[in-house]
Amino acid sequence: MKGPSINWEALSPFIALVAGLCVVLLVGLARSAFIRRQVVPFLTLVALGTTAGLGIWQWDINEAIINEALVVDNLSLALLMIFVAGGIAATFLSWRSIASAEAGEGEYYALMLTSILGMLVLVAANDLVVLFIGFELLSIPLYVMCATHMRREQSLESGLKYLIIGSVGSATLLYGLAMLYGAAGGTNYADIAAAADEFADDVLFMIGIGLVLAGLAFKASVAPFHQWTPDVYEGAPTPVTGFMAVATKAAAFGVILRLFVGPLIDATTTWAPAFATLAVITIIVGNVGAIGQTSLKRMLAYSSVAQAGYMIAGVVVTTRLGVAATVFYLAIYVVMNLAAFAVITARERETGLGDDISSLYGLGRERPLLAWPMTISMLALAGFPVTAGFFGKLYLIDAAVDNGYGWLAVVIVLGSAVSLAYYLRVVAAVWMQDAPATSKTLSAVPVIAGGSPEADDEARARGVEPGTDVGRVVSEDFGEPSMVTAGERLAQPEVVFVAVVCALVTIAFGVYPEPLLDVARDAGEAFLNLI
Amino acid sequence: MTIHLSILVFFPALMGVVAAASPRTLAPKILLLGTLIPLAYTAYMITDFDAGAGLQYVTDDAWIDELGIRYKLGVDGLNLWLIALTCVVAFASAVWLSVRVPEDRAGLFCFHFGLGQTAVLGAFVAQDLALFVLFFDLMLVPFYFLVGQWGSGDRAAAALKMVIYTLVGSLLMLAAAVATAVLSRADGPLTFVLTDLQANPLPESTQKWLFVAFALAFLIKMPAFPFQGWMPDAYRSMPLPALAFFSGVVSKVAAYGFLKLVLPLFPAAVNDWNVILLILAVISILYGSIQAFTQTNARLILGYSSVAQLGFITLGIFAIDTAGQGAQGALLQSINHGLVVAPLFFVIALLAERAEGSEDIRDYGGIAFRAPVLAALFLIVALATLAMPGSANFAGEFLILLGAFSSVQALAFLASIGVILASVYALRMYIRSMHNRVGPKVTSFDLSVRDGLVLVPLVVAIIAFALYPQLALDAGEATVRSTVEAVLR
Repeated sequence: MKGPSINWEALSPFIALVAGLCVVLLVGLARSAFIRRQVVPFLTLVALGTTAGLGIWQWDINEAIINEALVVDNLSLALLMIFVAGGIAATFLSWRSIASAEAGEGEYYALMLTSILGMLVLVAANDLVVLFIGFELLSIPLYVMCATHMRREQSLESGLKYLIIGSVGSATLLYGLAMLYGAAGGTNYADIAAAADEFADDVLFMIGIGLVLAGLAFKASVAPFHQWTPDVYEGAPTPVTGFMAVATKAAAFGVILRLFVGPLIDATTTWAPAFATLAVITIIVGNVGAIGQTSLKRMLAYSSVAQAGYMIAGVVVTTRLGVAATVFYLAIYVVMNLAAFAVITARERETGLGDDISSLYGLGRERPLLAWPMTISMLALAGFPVTAGFFGKLYLIDAAVDNGYGWLAVVIVLGSAVSLAYYLRVVAAVWMQDAPATSKTLSAVPVIAGGSPEADDEARARGVEPGTDVGRVVSEDFGEPSMVTAGERLAQPEVVFVAVVCALVTIAFGVYPEPLLDVARDAGEAFLNLI
Repeated sequence: MTIHLSILVFFPALMGVVAAASPRTLAPKILLLGTLIPLAYTAYMITDFDAGAGLQYVTDDAWIDELGIRYKLGVDGLNLWLIALTCVVAFASAVWLSVRVPEDRAGLFCFHFGLGQTAVLGAFVAQDLALFVLFFDLMLVPFYFLVGQWGSGDRAAAALKMVIYTLVGSLLMLAAAVATAVLSRADGPLTFVLTDLQANPLPESTQKWLFVAFALAFLIKMPAFPFQGWMPDAYRSMPLPALAFFSGVVSKVAAYGFLKLVLPLFPAAVNDWNVILLILAVISILYGSIQAFTQTNARLILGYSSVAQLGFITLGIFAIDTAGQGAQGALLQSINHGLVVAPLFFVIALLAERAEGSEDIRDYGGIAFRAPVLAALFLIVALATLAMPGSANFAGEFLILLGAFSSVQALAFLASIGVILASVYALRMYIRSMHNRVGPKVTSFDLSVRDGLVLVPLVVAIIAFALYPQLALDAGEATVRSTVEAVLR
């Protein structure tokens, strides 16, 4: 029997990711520390770079492939670029992290590539079953990645929490998909689209939409389905948090756009009011929750909730402009956040303060290369001009007002006004606080689980009892382990590189956003039926 | 010579970047160059300017097609003299910085200052609504850092308060600006260019709401009653050279915004709302004046006097009299106030040096005996502040009141009380510091040459302007008159 004809060229980004993750997993088995520590992340970068290159090659093909199970169009590819950017940054940030060393580099990076593959399948899905496969392929590796910092209690807690709540989200989504299938009689988006017009008031169909919306809202951390976000963000290793914050958000919004603005467009009257209400709740909950957080990762978690609220505005307007504004915002959201996460990563390694806001004290005076990216990131998230955040907000407001959601635009700007209270607190910590006096005290971190056998062997080889160096820098690249409030400067050029590049891109798109706007507009044109 | 406004606008920020990378002693000199070139440019522009030719030296390039935002800069009668004011005050502040280099991170200070000047100049020359909003919001960033890093007292809190207050208004204005552009396009492409927006006026019901957002942003920025809550903390904390520029120029952007954006874009709403604005203006005048002669902190005296003066300016703008005299007076007074308040802040710094750093006027007294030159300069500025006949301020306030009397007599009567109160607070401050018994902390000495470099040019500018205020009036007359007539129609 002959299968469906496959456009292998259009499928090539998927294949590159699968091949990349296999290679990374296998090379990660090598005994040599050099290969595991240096070659594996390098191969990950190669895989991601190849994927991005193939994606650019396939730009503008706009084709449904494999029996219309997947759609490779500019929206999928634009989002792919966002995932790849997040993946590349996360690879740099993980290069010398304890998390990847403890989990085993091969597994760690392979999981990350799997997750990116899941994201791509999710946003390219043109069929409910494929959608669910993508959803799980994205989620399961992330549950594991959250727990890779094996000797930190919070990391394990984070992974477990994410697993449980994520599973509830998946179950809800699956239930909703089943109901949509029941109402529409088919799993392909075309079947759903045909049913949407006819059954928009059907109870089964409406419940299906509601459950799907809730399931996806879990992933996008839209309030009131956001409760896992602060805990998981705080507990997960910082590079993983950064990756999750940007790539998962983009994937979740990608599929929301694809499904709701796509086949469910005729049922807009059913879901748009619900979504608009969620946007308001999300903006309020996120912005109020972030005030007063001392953990930077928790603060960014609530900020990501608030930002999700802004982006919903781009979805509910159901215009091409709205889609373009959402994609644009997702793209700049990546660089704005990654700059911040890179700085947090760097300071986590240098000080013993973790991601506490006090780890940034005195940064402006001593570390301009970290201080400026953090500042630019915060100002951009708050929407100040000459950063990409300004045009991101402007574009979203433009889209909202354009289709009669002026009140949502007002909610967005009021939310941004509240958000100044916590974004500027970080800027104040960087520039207006003096560095704390250096202290050499060790803070004990409870050991509740063993590391990987390899890490334990290495520790014994160094003459240290495994687990006692937790919370300190284990990699020999950093010299003597230290646990000080204002640590010595470490050579971590790749982290600084990520911070600086992201900050520069944020400024560049704040001065000349035209190229990115073009990409976003192309992505918006994937929806042919819209105005 | 062709005038490139981009050079005028971005030169200070560019030099600021260079200064940031320079050693401490060199940085202010580079900033000085960064403010000198725009000053020279403006001086040439004033001689070259043709009062009857409308918008001149236009730079109009496509910037963001997708959003309909154009990079359009231009100079007309409204902004010409405000640009000049900006350059003069910035130059004076830069001279001050070069003779008194900040102890700490001087390069970064100069960078923020240069960025501030660029933002203000950009807001003045922008002929595109989105571009204006961008520069208007950008102004806040450098001053946030200047207060937060080099301020005194609880600087971080003061900086945060200032930003939150002013940005609430600015963000609403951003939404309103986008709404203006989106709603006024009639199936045409989206555009933010001011002349295009003016050509498609919005229905009155829409104008009303948009007007509120814009007015809120500008009233907070000024600040006007009841939005002055951020002012005392920010003024107490801000480092002096920055404060002179901030108080002298930044608040004028708000007044300019009313004249340039609000009146032409929302004429119908102006007719509906102007009574409320006028009442707020009169309250600002009275409240500001009363506060100014009860405060003892010299910075706050000036801060509240600015509230009162900006009340006068608002009164003039919204008087909407048939001859447009109120608005002309407001434009003139904007320049005058900037020109007098900046040297007053420098005088305060000099007084503080003679009184062990105190900025409380109760600690002053008798400084004039050993500092006659300083006293003379201070007196000239103080007399200009209270709008002594013969000063340009007199002409400005006279025109404002003339305009107000011909349209809203009762309010104009109340406002004229403010003229009397102005002489009370200005003279009180002068007498308490310069005359009276020698204060307990005072060790007086006369103005040094290097400080004279800052003060004398500003005082000369005040005198020159007093002699011939017609220069600024002539340049703006045609534009102001047509703006007001459009509202009256």
